[in-house]
Amino acid sequence: MADFNAAVSRALSLIIGLDGELFEIIVLSLKVSVSAVVFAAAIGLPLGAALAVARFRGRRAIIVLINTLMGLPPVVVGLMVYLMVTAHGPLGVLQILYTPAAMIIAQTILITPIIAALARQTIKDLHSEFDEQLRAFGLSTFERVKTLLWEGRLRLVTALLAGFGRAIAEVGAVIIVGGNINHVTRTMTTAIALETSRGNLELALALGLVLLSMALAINALVLGLRPMRHRSQPYGLRL
Amino acid sequence: MQRPVVREENGQRVVRSHGILPIVANQIALSRGGRQIFESVDFTLAATAETTVLLGPNGAGKSLFIRILAGLVDADRGHVTWSGTPPDRRRVQRIGFVFQRPVLLQRSAFANIDYALAVTGTPAPERTARAHQALEKAGLDHLANQPARELSGGEQQRLTLARALACDPELLILDEPAANLDPASTAAIEQVLKDIRSNGTPVLLITHDLGQARRLADQVVFMHLGKILEQTPAREFFNAPRSREAAAFVRGEIVI
Repeated sequence: MADFNAAVSRALSLIIGLDGELFEIIVLSLKVSVSAVVFAAAIGLPLGAALAVARFRGRRAIIVLINTLMGLPPVVVGLMVYLMVTAHGPLGVLQILYTPAAMIIAQTILITPIIAALARQTIKDLHSEFDEQLRAFGLSTFERVKTLLWEGRLRLVTALLAGFGRAIAEVGAVIIVGGNINHVTRTMTTAIALETSRGNLELALALGLVLLSMALAINALVLGLRPMRHRSQPYGLRL
Repeated sequence: MQRPVVREENGQRVVRSHGILPIVANQIALSRGGRQIFESVDFTLAATAETTVLLGPNGAGKSLFIRILAGLVDADRGHVTWSGTPPDRRRVQRIGFVFQRPVLLQRSAFANIDYALAVTGTPAPERTARAHQALEKAGLDHLANQPARELSGGEQQRLTLARALACDPELLILDEPAANLDPASTAAIEQVLKDIRSNGTPVLLITHDLGQARRLADQVVFMHLGKILEQTPAREFFNAPRSREAAAFVRGEIVI
C-alpha cells in the first residue's frame, strides 16, 4: 500500500510539475490520434452518408464489411499495417515503419469503420424522418444531404469523439507499427505497457491518470452535446 | 409574391394557375410490396378555389395517391401533369404539403419557417417579416423562439401548417393533419383551413373523419381499395352518395 501511495504522489507531481518526458508522450499521442480522426472523418463521414442515402450495388457488402472491421482487434490492424509497410511489403519503399506516420495509418484504419457506421446510423435516422418533407420543399439531393448533415451535427461530433476515444486508448496497433521508441513513437498507452513491465509505476500511473481524465472530459463533452431530453438514457464512451 | 387570383366563372371560383393546377392524373398504376394498390386511376383536380376532401377508410391508398399527385412518389404506369406538363422539382415548391406527422428541424419555430422560405427562394430581407406574420396568423408568435421539436403535438402541426402557408402555396395538400390531435388543436387547424379557403387558396385534404369532411369539404373524392368511387360536390355526396361503399361510409358503418 505504501508503494501505491508513493506511486500516486510521484505521479501527481510529474503531472503538476509539467514533466518534460511525460508531456512529450502526451503531445505525440494527441498528434497521432487527432490526425487519425481527421483522416477517418474525411473518409468515414461521406461514406456513412452515402450508405445511408444512396442505393447502389455492393452497398450491403460494404455495410457488412464496415460492421466487421468495427470489431477488429487493434493488434490485427497493427499486424496488417506492419505487413504493408515493412521493408519487403508493398509500401516498404515509403520507409515509414516505426514512425508516427505508420501509427496514424493504423489508427485511421482502426477508427474509420466506427465513424462510418455511426454516421450511417445518424444520417439514416434523419433521412427516414426528413426526406419526404425536404423533397416537398423541392430540394436537390445535394441540398437534402447538406440539411441532414447539419441536423445531425451533434451526433456526428459524438461519432468523431467515439473514434478519438478508441484511437487514443488503443495500444495493440501503435506498439506493432510504432515500436514504442523513446522520443519518436512512444505514446501514452505504449509507455504504460512498457513502464509497468519495467516496474516504473509512477510514470505509468501518471499517464494512466491523464488518460482517465481525458476519458472523463470526452464523456462529459458527449453528454453536453446531447439534447436535454435524451440525457437520462445511459450512454457512455469507453476509452 | 404570388397569390392565387380568384375570379367567378359559371358560378365557380376559378384560380389563376401559376403552374400547378389543374392537376391531372392519367391511368395511374402502382404496386407496393407485391400488392397492387392502384390499377388505373384517373383524376382531375380543377383550378378552383375549393376545399377538396379525399375521403375513405384506412388503407384505401389516399396517402400514396396524393404523394403521386404531388410528385413525391412515382407511379409504375400512367402519368401526372401539373397545368399540362409533368411535375418537376422547382414547381413542387408551389405546393404546400402538410404531413400527418409534423416534420420539424431541430431549431426554433421561427427558424423552421425561415428555412422553408429560404429554400423556396424568398429573398432574405422579406423572410423575417413573413415568418413572423405566419406565426402570428397561426397564433404561435409567442413561441417563435422555442425549439420547434419541443412544442406540443398540436402546436407542432399548427407550425407545419404555418410554414406551408408562409411560402404562399398555389395549392395546399394535407395528409390527415389532425389525425393525432386533441379536439382544441383540431379546431384550430380547421379554422386556419377555413380562413385560407376564403382567401382563395385551393386545398386538398385527406381525412377518414366524416365530421371533418362535412365541416370543410366543397367537393368530396371518395376512395376505396385504390379506386376513386365518386367525385361529387359535398352536399350531393353526403345527401345522396352514389356508390354502396360511400353510402355505408356516410352512414358510419365500417367499410372494409
